[in-house]
Amino acid sequence: MTVLVEEAALLMTVQDWGRHGYQRYGMPESGPMDWWAFRSANHLVGNQPDCACLEMGFSTAELVVGSEALMAVCGAGFQVYLNDNPAPLWMAFMAKQGDRLRFEKVLGGNWVYLAVSGGIQSSAWMGSRSVYPRAGLGMSLIVGDSLPLAACTAQARLLAGRSLPVSAQPAYQQDSYIGVIPGPHQERFTDRSVEVFFGQPFTLSTRSDRMGYRLLGPALSHQDGADIISQGMVTGQIQVPADGQPIVMMPDHPTTGGYTCLGTVAKVSLPLLAQTQPGEAQLRFHRIEVGDAQKALGEALQAIESAIIEEEDPWLFL
Amino acid sequence: MCRPFPRLSPVGESAVLVELADAICSEASRQVRVLDARLRESSLPGVIEWVPGYDSVLVHYDPLRTTYDELHALLENCLIRLTTGGVRTPKQVTIAVRYGGEDGPDLAHVASYHGLTEAEVIRRHTAPVYQVAMMGFTPGFAYLIGLDSSLNTPRLATPRTLVPAGSVGIAGGQTGIYPLDSPGGWQLIGRTACKLFNPDQAPFFLISPGDAVRFVAVENGERS
Repeated sequence: MTVLVEEAALLMTVQDWGRHGYQRYGMPESGPMDWWAFRSANHLVGNQPDCACLEMGFSTAELVVGSEALMAVCGAGFQVYLNDNPAPLWMAFMAKQGDRLRFEKVLGGNWVYLAVSGGIQSSAWMGSRSVYPRAGLGMSLIVGDSLPLAACTAQARLLAGRSLPVSAQPAYQQDSYIGVIPGPHQERFTDRSVEVFFGQPFTLSTRSDRMGYRLLGPALSHQDGADIISQGMVTGQIQVPADGQPIVMMPDHPTTGGYTCLGTVAKVSLPLLAQTQPGEAQLRFHRIEVGDAQKALGEALQAIESAIIEEEDPWLFL
Repeated sequence: MCRPFPRLSPVGESAVLVELADAICSEASRQVRVLDARLRESSLPGVIEWVPGYDSVLVHYDPLRTTYDELHALLENCLIRLTTGGVRTPKQVTIAVRYGGEDGPDLAHVASYHGLTEAEVIRRHTAPVYQVAMMGFTPGFAYLIGLDSSLNTPRLATPRTLVPAGSVGIAGGQTGIYPLDSPGGWQLIGRTACKLFNPDQAPFFLISPGDAVRFVAVENGERS
């Protein structure tokens, strides 16, 4: 009960919902770059929402399936092939022993998730299977690595064919509007810079990874220096160092930081940012209130739970 | 801009920043420890974890279980009479350090920079009881308060590409221990065999925020 890596993506790690409770010791949370695709993939195969998935980013990957398994692939920027036949994303399907699953990198995103019924059973550290190479908690996968899977159950087989409609998927597009909750140091920036941030487009630097996404655009200026006394940070937080180029904290970000923070990307917008390709794509930021961001997050999670389309519902054919 | 302390602000839709002061000092640190203890005792609904800073605490919460306004109200209760709140005696952690030589390649430089002997640098570094104000940067890294200001030394002009785990260094007015092999620009004066971070066995971290830390000098091969 394994999958074998035949070709490795540039960044290819096991991620679950993250490692919680240790940020006070400097341990990042980790977890998926695109939580929406991650949650959807787990839900499609009947998993708990925090089960470990395989996250693949930025380049093509290929796996060989070691034994029968119920799987789902969600995300953007990849075309999936099952034994050379195009396979749909956002749908649960059965793979059998020896099947080749290819994740071909195409335009339109960066990250894709493979969920397997029962979850990937790789090593766990401190209550989480999320890989965090910087502290020696696992490595990005390479050719020849294999991942242990849970046994496929009869119950899981019944879920093959279910899918998540577009209405319940993130509205991925390359020129995205990203919701930002202002603060806590917005008053440390010039009024003009705040206006520029919420008015002008930014692009993503190629120096972006699981720790942070670097934005390129008009330089933002501070009223009185970029440094603050170090304090805790959250994923999505937008730090602006002295060079005026913002950095958005992603799941492997350091737990504390010493730069002024203009705002925080709303969780509901994080998947769109995560899937924006470095280079041409233009990001625009708009303000969103805390309450509205919480409501939007609740609705998105609700949609994943409730919008599943079961296959071959006999009543549809009457 | 000039709201009085303590002040609460949202950070995204899943955290509240509690700022207690705007300073690195032992009083701000003491208040952080009082709040840290109160949060532990009160286990507020929806709170996942919180991160002490030098003069702030960032409280992470689950936005599906509570709202900013609800948590704001509960946190304000935790802040009542914070300045007079008591703190328990901190846990004492002793770190045995081999100073100088291969373990502390910059000890000679630090000594000559201040016109001191190496032995005097060691004496002044091992004299204070340091307080762990906060942790961050990498897993297990402690920000210590209490360095003798006569040892303040600028960082290396060119950072090293690899500083071995356990290295003890000075950077400006800070001193600390590298928990992991990592690049770094601190002046390395010694090294400890203590493991600050062990992901395979609980407790995973040797040091916690609020602890009191002492360095003791040991010879090569000697154990504490």
